[in-house]
Amino acid sequence: MFFEICLYLSLVIFGLGAGYKASGWFRHGFVNGADNASPGFRFNKALRGIISSVFSLKLLTLLKVSFLEVLFQSRTMKEDRFRWIMHLFIFGGFTVLLLMHALGNIITIHLFSEYYPSINPFLFIRDLMGVLVLVGLIMAAYRRIVLKKRYVKTRAVDYYALGILGLILVSGFLLEGVKITSHTAYVQMVEDYASTDEETELAALESFWVEDYGLVSPTLSPPFQSQTLTLGKEIHEDNCAGCHSPPQWAFAGYATAKLSGPFAIILDRIKAGTVLWYIHILASFFGLAYLPFSKMFHMIVSPLSLLINAVMTVEQAHPASILTRQVLEMDACTHCGTCSFRCSTAVASKTLGNVNILPSERMIAIKGLAAGKKLREVDVRAIQEGIYLCTNCDRCTVVCPVGINLRELWFNVREFLIQKGYPEPLALSPYSFYRGLNRHRIPSELYPRPLEAALSVITGRYEVKEKVFDLTNGNAEYRESFSRSSMEKSFSYCFACENCTTVCPVVANYGNPQEVLGMLPHQIMRSVGLGIRDLALGSKMLWDCVTCYQCQEHCPQGVHVTDILYELKNQALKHIPVSATSSIPATTLAGNMKGAS
Amino acid sequence: MRFALFLGCNIPARLQDYDVSSRAVLGKLGANLEDIREFNCCGYPVRNFDFKAFLLSSARNIALAEQRNLDMLVLCKCCYGSLKKADHVLRNDVSLKDGINRILDEEGLQFEGKCEIKHFLSVLHHDIGIEKIKENIARPYKDLKIAVHYGCHALRPSAVVQFDDPVAPSLFDRLVEATGANSIYWSTKLECCGAPLMGINDDLSRGLTQKKLDDGRRSGADYLCTACPYCQLQFDAFQKSEEFRNSGNHTPSAVLYSQLLGLAMGMDGKLLSRQKDQSEIHKIEAFLA
Repeated sequence: MFFEICLYLSLVIFGLGAGYKASGWFRHGFVNGADNASPGFRFNKALRGIISSVFSLKLLTLLKVSFLEVLFQSRTMKEDRFRWIMHLFIFGGFTVLLLMHALGNIITIHLFSEYYPSINPFLFIRDLMGVLVLVGLIMAAYRRIVLKKRYVKTRAVDYYALGILGLILVSGFLLEGVKITSHTAYVQMVEDYASTDEETELAALESFWVEDYGLVSPTLSPPFQSQTLTLGKEIHEDNCAGCHSPPQWAFAGYATAKLSGPFAIILDRIKAGTVLWYIHILASFFGLAYLPFSKMFHMIVSPLSLLINAVMTVEQAHPASILTRQVLEMDACTHCGTCSFRCSTAVASKTLGNVNILPSERMIAIKGLAAGKKLREVDVRAIQEGIYLCTNCDRCTVVCPVGINLRELWFNVREFLIQKGYPEPLALSPYSFYRGLNRHRIPSELYPRPLEAALSVITGRYEVKEKVFDLTNGNAEYRESFSRSSMEKSFSYCFACENCTTVCPVVANYGNPQEVLGMLPHQIMRSVGLGIRDLALGSKMLWDCVTCYQCQEHCPQGVHVTDILYELKNQALKHIPVSATSSIPATTLAGNMKGAS
Repeated sequence: MRFALFLGCNIPARLQDYDVSSRAVLGKLGANLEDIREFNCCGYPVRNFDFKAFLLSSARNIALAEQRNLDMLVLCKCCYGSLKKADHVLRNDVSLKDGINRILDEEGLQFEGKCEIKHFLSVLHHDIGIEKIKENIARPYKDLKIAVHYGCHALRPSAVVQFDDPVAPSLFDRLVEATGANSIYWSTKLECCGAPLMGINDDLSRGLTQKKLDDGRRSGADYLCTACPYCQLQFDAFQKSEEFRNSGNHTPSAVLYSQLLGLAMGMDGKLLSRQKDQSEIHKIEAFLA
């Protein structure tokens, strides 16, 4: 009764949870532009997409992917053999345990008429699979705790997954061991099934079980007489053997039984078997109920992600379906860290200290964002910065074991954040190259907005109000701050010959360059030389510099003009405090996240 | 001749043709290339944001090559310029080097400044040599006029990159002439392609690109020749844009030097390009004698 209540309760919670999560795929999304499709519309589109894919030649692709990438996990194999073996052990072992052991009375019993969990081959297979899962889990823990590959972070979600699976497995083996030794269980079985109640025969049977079946008896202990054992064996064969293969086949459980043997009587007396059964069952049901909210949900969503991405292209799919796919993909993520391990810019996280540079960590932050979690301004800006410090090299997309199209996800989320989040000064760096190449994919009225916002934040911050400049001590301090590399202090040699400005292709592009660019290169050099920081940092010229080094190459005084412009850009971006951007009304991101509202 | 091939971020994602064609050409000319999967971004874009992050990004790549006792062969000119810059700074600033090495040490890496960083064109010119290239030309071009586009970050700052004479370079011209093509004079030869401002100030970026393409057309070039993904992608993007196609202008397309050379070496277009549509390749092939 208790078992059934727990089973149905956890199934109901699992079903509701999975349904809730799946509904999120159609409700949430990072909507850019006017594409505000309703959940119903998106569901409809997704359904049509699935039907049209299944009833077409794409079915062959889907079959191939189901076999190679879902079951065989070829993507993981290509990337990391260790993890592939680890995952196959857990995945394969657990699947067999679920179908054969947990659902034994529902599935196995109908397939094999002589099914009984305590006879071979079921007895042996159960332990073998359990051990495989356990070895896989130990490998996983080793990978995360000892191996610690670069940029692979382990978080609560990962510890939970390891913990719940470990608990189910370990409690299972302990339960098996305690049951083998348990005298109470033995007596119960004898009462129910033995065809004799004669004292000597019962004693002989018990002796035989103590000798060969791992039973620990409070009254009988070896050595036994061989006659007794022969008699016991006969009774055993008549009464028990039909349902009990030798427990040695359950090698892991038997080992546990042998280890706990000295304490078996006490364990039996305190009903350890019952306690372990509750732990085993409750852990399993808790795992099931909580599955949609844990990273274990990937066992359902990752195959979907692999299949969808095998047949869906950005060019052909409806934008609403892309939106749906991207929310789904976030649930497919297993936080394995492969993307961060291969990330081209991950190394920058070591000096910049922003964990959102790592794609695997950014994914967790974005999941929160998509679920409508309220984030502080600093957190949103850290996500923005992390997602902007991406060279769009595609490596994460290529290596993702569950086939998430990360390139597209980053593109959409980045656009969403710079449009609806805070002005992002990094938009004025070559990280925008990819966005520029993909300009046609962004509504033309929205395209320039983030750039204008970023520029206005920076130039606004360094706006020069005074007409008269103080050239005393404070400014000398600013000049001295150029200590990063001695070469970049060369501005002191500038005598304003204007060679730099004359050869600058950007200056040459305009009829009246000062109007467009503000300070020109030679003026910037002089401003720095005089220590007038804001005059140099507020100039639009900094952000229009192509870094072609013509100025530096042609300076007769050896001023490192381009290098100094680089350094000024660093300063300008560093000195934008949070408060400088918050004057711009920040629409709550959570509100914008809903596709329909 | 053995090098660690540095592809950078753009080539694998957006310009695989440069990857396959330079491998094909270098392989035939006797250069062995080794791939280091651990390579990361050269630091070019992050230099706008944080100098130390830039140095670390570059230094890690150099240290990876050093660890294998290899020199680097770099295809992208912006990667080349960045790696050279970081190398230069770290070789001359002990305290910066120590700081970077402390971080690299976590992975068992060290920057010592033993690795030489070479651009694809320098390797062809200096390590393989014009003579060897000429020996390998199977079908030289006839009447093909090429406007070589040097690329800023290979040429300047000359004291750091040491690629060629920054005012009157000739390395790229000689490589183009080795294929039988004519390297024509054009006044914006050493100017910027506009790519660094793509996505930041598109009008200015395209203005610079247009200026070069117009100059190429006026100077009678059949093609512009590049050896950098940024430049190539910039020219390609401009010519593919709707505004350009609607303008009715006809300016020369850009071709990668590795493809230009490969075709003259008698290689099949399919070895030099991953594109299904080989029509661009066929157009250049038409110039072969």
